[in-house]
Amino acid sequence: MKIYQGPIYSYSIAILVAVVFVSFLLALFEIPIFETYILLLTGSLGSTTKFGDTLMVGVPVIIASASLVITFKAGLWNIGVEGQIIAGAVAASFVARELQLPAGILLPVMILAGALGGAFWGLLVGLLKVKGGVNEIFGGLGLNFVATGLVVYLIIGPWSRKGIASTSGTEPFHQNAWFPTLEGFRLSPLAVALAFLVVFIVIYVFSRTQFGLKLRAIGLNPHSSYRFGIPTSKYLLIAFMLGGTVAGLAGVTQVASIHHRLVPSISGGYGYLGILVVLLAGYRPSLVVPIAFFFSMIAIGSIQWQLRLGLHSSLGGVFQGTLVLSVILISAMRLMQQRRNKNSKVGD
Amino acid sequence: MSLKLLNITKRFGTILANDDISVEIGEGEIHGLLGENGAGKSTLVNIISGSLIKDSGTVELDGEYLDLSSPTDAIEAGIGILHQEPLVFLPFSIIDNFLAGLPKSHDFDRTGVRGAISEISHEYGFDLDPDAIASTLTIGERQQLEIARLLWMGARVLILDEPTTAISEDQRENLFATIERLAASGMSVIFVSHKLEEIQSICNRVTVLRKGELVDTLTVPCPTSDLIHLMFGGYEQSTPQSQTVLGENVLALNAISAKDENGTIEDVNCRFSEGEIIGLAGLEGAGQRILLRSISGLTNPYSGTINFGGEDISHYPYSWHIENGFHYLPADREGEGLIQGLTVTEHFALAESQGAKTIDWGKSTQLAEDKLQEYAIRGTVDSRPEDLSGGNQQRLLLALMPANLSVLSMEHPTRGLDIESAEWVWNELLERSKRGTTIIFSSSDIEELISFSDRILVCFTGGIIGDVSAKATTPHDIGSLIGGIGI
Repeated sequence: MKIYQGPIYSYSIAILVAVVFVSFLLALFEIPIFETYILLLTGSLGSTTKFGDTLMVGVPVIIASASLVITFKAGLWNIGVEGQIIAGAVAASFVARELQLPAGILLPVMILAGALGGAFWGLLVGLLKVKGGVNEIFGGLGLNFVATGLVVYLIIGPWSRKGIASTSGTEPFHQNAWFPTLEGFRLSPLAVALAFLVVFIVIYVFSRTQFGLKLRAIGLNPHSSYRFGIPTSKYLLIAFMLGGTVAGLAGVTQVASIHHRLVPSISGGYGYLGILVVLLAGYRPSLVVPIAFFFSMIAIGSIQWQLRLGLHSSLGGVFQGTLVLSVILISAMRLMQQRRNKNSKVGD
Repeated sequence: MSLKLLNITKRFGTILANDDISVEIGEGEIHGLLGENGAGKSTLVNIISGSLIKDSGTVELDGEYLDLSSPTDAIEAGIGILHQEPLVFLPFSIIDNFLAGLPKSHDFDRTGVRGAISEISHEYGFDLDPDAIASTLTIGERQQLEIARLLWMGARVLILDEPTTAISEDQRENLFATIERLAASGMSVIFVSHKLEEIQSICNRVTVLRKGELVDTLTVPCPTSDLIHLMFGGYEQSTPQSQTVLGENVLALNAISAKDENGTIEDVNCRFSEGEIIGLAGLEGAGQRILLRSISGLTNPYSGTINFGGEDISHYPYSWHIENGFHYLPADREGEGLIQGLTVTEHFALAESQGAKTIDWGKSTQLAEDKLQEYAIRGTVDSRPEDLSGGNQQRLLLALMPANLSVLSMEHPTRGLDIESAEWVWNELLERSKRGTTIIFSSSDIEELISFSDRILVCFTGGIIGDVSAKATTPHDIGSLIGGIGI
């Protein structure tokens, strides 16, 4: 009976529901169902190159998700993660453009700058909330627009390519500002290492440190936490800054290992995708990597759907969305069931 | 017409919120429902108005049994409730407020509603402009709006849940005039309050609830001291149990005034000795809560001084208070005390951090296991507060306190607890007092106040009007002071 309570049960049912729903859609349009799923697998894992691509797409999603775990656990709906990714990308781009340094020094400085940029943008959301009483959802959303506007301004203004008035992006960075890749792959071991390091640190913080426990306590009940002597406002500000720091790193990987320049849609929507990942993971940092990887499988694999079956790749998004909705639905149903069981119990 | 409640029982977990309550309210009667917070008033009116579903018992209106499973059922049967904060749509005009809650039986008829509003306004002397926006109305006018709407929907029984909390003196007089007019036209009114003078001035009869039980129903007016005794108990002979040998003066409040969402106190002076147990008596909201929070540093007073160890600590932050052995335990054990979602072990890891950066889970689990045993808590190290009964939650809160405390401020130490847990809690508190902790607690149980205090301070509308030795007083005297009699 235990299995009916566990998350594995929820996930299996949710995946089943999502697969059935997507299969139904495919059947409706008379598309071969089995082939579609095989293509998803071969398209994302079928060769080392494809596996590398999938992993590479996973990197910013994993980092953004890790950032969101920090703020979500503290009870903060940090929708501003997109803006923090962008701020990190802008700060790293600034370093890449302005400093003429060997790669060995330039890359660490870019990483540091991106972290600081994200932290600053996160702190703004935090200050708006803690000092100004602005809900972090609205503050974050507003700052996302500001960040996007800033990028576009930079690209067509001070950082525009010589003689071209284009919003396609800045000049590519000097090669020293590129994360090194494996020969013949788009995969950058440094980016992957960065993602795993971040996830490892977040797991460690929430499982082993007082700081992580206190953040969780605040997220669950700020009143009781304050009574316990936790300075809640200070911790919330730190949570926003740390979340921003990590999100900034996602921005760094976007400019330094994917685009090699600043482009208008630099965040790639990975912040929002990260929200789905974290909801699916139930805020558990250890589940972020497999779920983010699964999402990149869908993203990369669904390219094949377009190439081979003429399907629009947004069907991948439908699959991801259905999956998230079914997991949330099934978790909610489980919770209601538990509550009903508890209420029907007489006494204790 | 009459409303008859028979054997109403409602249980939340281990707590009997309503225990076999039977009342009958006649046509044109204004019936008071009196009791302290947690006595079961809200549960009872929520059952009558369809917001809560009773476990057993019957509700009968004019000889007809009602099946109330939602507020809609109640209003369709003719039972309307005016909540403490009137539930109106603030951005809507008065007429839109009427239309928004339109029952199925009514047509969406703007002109008709407009006519109805002016008719009801005329009849009851309300001043309601159908096009006025609800947010521009005073709370008193919003109450009129809500009453008018309930009448329009056919309410024959009107429940008013603490209607005078947020309104001015003038508005209160208006409201009372309206209530009397409603009763004169044959409506049954249930008036929920913990304010004795209001019950005395407006009700025909009053039912007093205490700890979920109906204590008695009296005809009003009656001696106020009778009502107090029914509310607080204390007829039983209580013997003081605290044998404290008082140490030196540790804490002195000099002309303290404080005000926030937890209440108001003005110009409070008192002194507390080492190891002394002080009970705070008083009606709910008389200032006990903010006094306890001011002492423990959660609220800083805006004037006056608090002397502790030779310095004025009245403006020191809460963190200073924690470091110096102050501790606060709230009445709302789940909302302000424990953290739902964290396990018992995690609670101990939080409480015993002592500046450590990392957590040794082995040590915390061991500590949690030891404390569960020591405090006889029925639960495991992986239990969460929401899995524990009220008694076990309180034991857990006590177990989480630091070993050495100088001043413990505590709200309602045994509210909602079974007898065994209540005894256990007091044994622990008496033990702490022997070791030198000054304990200041509020309670609405006179027996508890007299049994365990060395000294009882009586709070009345934000001031302390009585400071008596528990050994030298009687339940009757305390009851009179609580009602503000004799000042």
